[in-house]
Amino acid sequence: MLVEIGHFAMILALALSATQAFFGLTGAALKRERWMSVATSAVTGQFLFLALGTATLVHAFVVNDFSVKYVANHSNSALPLFYRVAALWGAHEGSLLLWICVLGVWSIAVAWRGAKLPADYLARVLGVLGVVSFGFLLFLLTTSNPFERLLPAAIDGADLNPQLQDFAMAIHPPILYAGYVGMSVSFAFACAAMLEGRRDHLWARWQRPWTVMAWAFLSCGIALGSWWAYYVLGWGGWWAWDPVENASFMPWLAGTALIHSLIVTDKRGLFKSWTLLLSVAVFSLSLLGTFLVRSGVLNSVHSFAADPARGIFILSFLVLMIGGALALYAWRAPSLGSDVGFEMVSRESFILFNNILLAVATAVVFGGTLAPMIADTLGLGTLSVGPPYFNPSFLIPTIPLVALLSVGIHARWRRGQLSLSKQRILGTLAVAVVVALGVVYGIYGSTRLMTPIGAVLGIWIILSSLVDPLLQLRRRIALPVGVIGMTVAHIGVGIFVLGITFVESSTIERDIALARGQSHTIGGYEFRFLGVENMEGPNFDGVRGHVIVTQGNKVVADLFPDKRRYFVQGTVTTKAAIGAQWNRDLLAALGEDLGSNSWSLRLQYRPMIRFVWLGAAIMALGGVLTLFDRRYRTAPVAATASVQTTGEPVQASS
Amino acid sequence: MTPRQRRMALVALIVVGVSISTALALRAFRENVTFFQNPTDVSAGKVKPGQRFRLGGMVEKGSLTRTSGTLNVSFSVTDFNHSVPVKYDQVLPDLFREGAGMVAYGRLDASGTFVADEVLAKHDEKYMPPELARSLKAGQAAAAGGAGGGAAASGAVTPSTGGTP
Repeated sequence: MLVEIGHFAMILALALSATQAFFGLTGAALKRERWMSVATSAVTGQFLFLALGTATLVHAFVVNDFSVKYVANHSNSALPLFYRVAALWGAHEGSLLLWICVLGVWSIAVAWRGAKLPADYLARVLGVLGVVSFGFLLFLLTTSNPFERLLPAAIDGADLNPQLQDFAMAIHPPILYAGYVGMSVSFAFACAAMLEGRRDHLWARWQRPWTVMAWAFLSCGIALGSWWAYYVLGWGGWWAWDPVENASFMPWLAGTALIHSLIVTDKRGLFKSWTLLLSVAVFSLSLLGTFLVRSGVLNSVHSFAADPARGIFILSFLVLMIGGALALYAWRAPSLGSDVGFEMVSRESFILFNNILLAVATAVVFGGTLAPMIADTLGLGTLSVGPPYFNPSFLIPTIPLVALLSVGIHARWRRGQLSLSKQRILGTLAVAVVVALGVVYGIYGSTRLMTPIGAVLGIWIILSSLVDPLLQLRRRIALPVGVIGMTVAHIGVGIFVLGITFVESSTIERDIALARGQSHTIGGYEFRFLGVENMEGPNFDGVRGHVIVTQGNKVVADLFPDKRRYFVQGTVTTKAAIGAQWNRDLLAALGEDLGSNSWSLRLQYRPMIRFVWLGAAIMALGGVLTLFDRRYRTAPVAATASVQTTGEPVQASS
Repeated sequence: MTPRQRRMALVALIVVGVSISTALALRAFRENVTFFQNPTDVSAGKVKPGQRFRLGGMVEKGSLTRTSGTLNVSFSVTDFNHSVPVKYDQVLPDLFREGAGMVAYGRLDASGTFVADEVLAKHDEKYMPPELARSLKAGQAAAAGGAGGGAAASGAVTPSTGGTP
């Protein structure tokens, strides 16, 4: 009964999303204040019904109500409580529900925080969010209903995929979705500006913090996914250019471009139409990412045929949203010219380079990810595109990207006078070269060309991000929070680059057969295999191996890799054991039982792999810090005054 | 330079840069795309020795042999029409077993043996790469009998989506 109430709540939420869209958009167009306030109330109402609907489904998972089809398919009475709740987003229907709920949370945050915004602008933002919410709710209710009953009820559930029974994987989807959905808030701000036909660029200041917040979530979500793949899939890689990973990486790349171009639009009133176009692109890539992963289209375009309703709905929704936004853009963009210019080596042009290079990087990933689908559709054969394509192609735009970051960070707005910073640029570069070469050849001893290049670039970014703020601090000039955030984020980029450089060039992997008591040495670490014993868990049994790692005569890691057999699905999963330290991971995973106390083992030494996720986390932290800048706290009215001084005409907002 | 010339220089720089990176990316794409082939394609000589490709099919029952003390294994992959001998020297994935489907990356050596450098581990019982399911179906049509290629094709959804109990 409860689930039916939940289902009904979702239908009411659908009605309210339509209300929100209609009264938000037409209310703003007709300038009816009462209508606009209806949109705000609809957001609250919709949120309450979404929460109610989701709560009933969570309840069904918690009490093991296997008469609900979705619960029966993705949960089991032996599954621990935490994973029973997380099983909610373990598959297509529940992920969609999660998406919609996250949108509900973002919308209510916009309605609440946006009280300072002009009423008609806010109404339009909420209206656009209502349209997005309506589309998703309609999709959920018509093609992917998680509230459907199963008759007769199952005795027990089919269990959650064992690989998803993991802490990182349980929290990865909500955080990633917070990023995806946040980008639709950013999109709604851009659309509202276009619908209103604003000729100023205040919308960029309003859009910025929401975009940065979404971007920070997206960064954390992707990093969590990568971390999960690293220790759960048991093969030790942190990024495989898998289409599922790429689907989340594309909106991140374009989103990174967007948060930079928004800075230029906000501060200088330039790149207006490019920023708007980019907002549309980031949102489109987020939608594409959601659907690519959850619709099954990645495995085969033909799986659309298995459920044509879903496929057709997704395609129509994508076409309507993206097409509509682009049409709006085509209508409004011509009126968005700016009459201010900038010079070749100004901060504006460095951000322009940043945007172009990030766009190229996005295109590289996009092409490689979609090529197999396109080839399959056109009957050109079944092909696959993997790391051999992505690795070199992705470096083409990203090496200049990180190199220009170290130079461009010193550039001023408007006027190019890099000669003033020449000393700092060359000085930091010289220090970076010395330190990097010392580390590369003194410690790791790599023969690859990319290793010293990556190390120099990584250290150079960190040094050049620090030098300007430190010099200002020495002259006792207070740093704005925004500058601190930017510096932190860029240091994160440097750490990230260093992590990738060393883990990719100095990792040692060995698959080897070892009998009990035998050992094998890689990179100065001796892995000794002490045999396996049986183990039992709540919903699995299996074997646990024991591997002791020594360096010199010191024990540095005690590893217990295991192999689990989950009762319900009968699937076997391999859980690698990792001995982590800040500058290296030692990994052991069990392969197969070769008989006579002998096992095949996968042994790895991965230097600096923690830097990859740490770098991503620091980038996100830097983004969050910028949200506390005074810039966003000033009321729009005060901001209008500052715009007028730059000579931009301001349209009277009614 | 006048502002106009400067702007033109900037635009030219961007155009040249973007074209170069596009050209390089396309080259990398052409050189590194791998095609899927089934044992029938291989025995028809569709693949040149040394060319990297993806081989898919069923692991033939009773064909798996190990060299003791090492990880070296050899087995045959079949699509019920033809079969190809395969060699591999790393840890096999959890779900690898005789009579089940598999996909591997690798190259043919001079003797016509497929030397695998990666055997795919990502599919569980319910999921089978769609190209494999299709290719097995075709093979089965020729040689009636054998296990569940058709059923696997209908179950070809994301690995996280389980079937009905």
